[in-house]
Amino acid sequence: MNISSRRVDKATILDVSGNIDMSNSPEVRKALLREIRDKAVTRVALNLTAVEYIDSSGVASLVEGLKASRESGSRFVLFGLSDSAREVLKISRLLKLFEIYDDETQAIAP
Amino acid sequence: MKKSSKLTRAFLLKLELRSHPTLLCVIRGALGPLMEMLGFSAEHSREIIRAVDEAVSNIMRHSYQGRLDQPIEVYCNRLQRRANGETEQGVEILLFDCGPAVDTTKLPARPLDEIRPGGLGLHIIRGSMDTVQYKRAGRLNRLRLVKYARSSKGGCGSAAEKPS
Repeated sequence: MNISSRRVDKATILDVSGNIDMSNSPEVRKALLREIRDKAVTRVALNLTAVEYIDSSGVASLVEGLKASRESGSRFVLFGLSDSAREVLKISRLLKLFEIYDDETQAIAP
Repeated sequence: MKKSSKLTRAFLLKLELRSHPTLLCVIRGALGPLMEMLGFSAEHSREIIRAVDEAVSNIMRHSYQGRLDQPIEVYCNRLQRRANGETEQGVEILLFDCGPAVDTTKLPARPLDEIRPGGLGLHIIRGSMDTVQYKRAGRLNRLRLVKYARSSKGGCGSAAEKPS
């Protein structure tokens, strides 16, 4: 898995590629919390277009990011979810909890 | 892992691996083509792979407490059953590990209305498979997962399963 960040306007986009599972989900968590807590970015968008699989530890990292964003008053959004990623959020009953967009343009729109 | 080697049935697939999280992708990669071969839809394949991945992750995290060099065995076999006058194809997956016995009373999936990280794995396993059975077999933990190609959750308990 690779994860990198870029700025687009006032948002930070985290581009993730590969699969997110127990072996690497702490890296996702770390990257999310760095942007949301440490850098206090007002909007963080997680690009999951190149992620085919997310396990429960990956979902837990997303939940941590969401909680941190609520605590800091920022927005944390997801976009480009695969069927598998959407399914795991659905079975965890978390699908409606997240702001989810189809693509980057929607994700960073004001 | 001696006990599981006494399994006499001919399994479609047997994987022996160590409890290193980087090997989870190997299991997922092996199961995908097998589920396709067994006739599962893409969605059901993903459910099965997700359940096995979560189960193996649980073994690594809880049974072996993060130790990276402990043995895990995964067996897959085809199942058939008659239900409502039709033959349904299924898969049985057995997972063995040598960790301490699991106290199943301490394994409740957490309430899903709580918004907090963690505790989702068991819920995902139960929500993805038709049958989830834990058994202590000698010094081994055995988890049996079953899913049928045309199953809908909750309607599979009455039909008799048999390995094909």
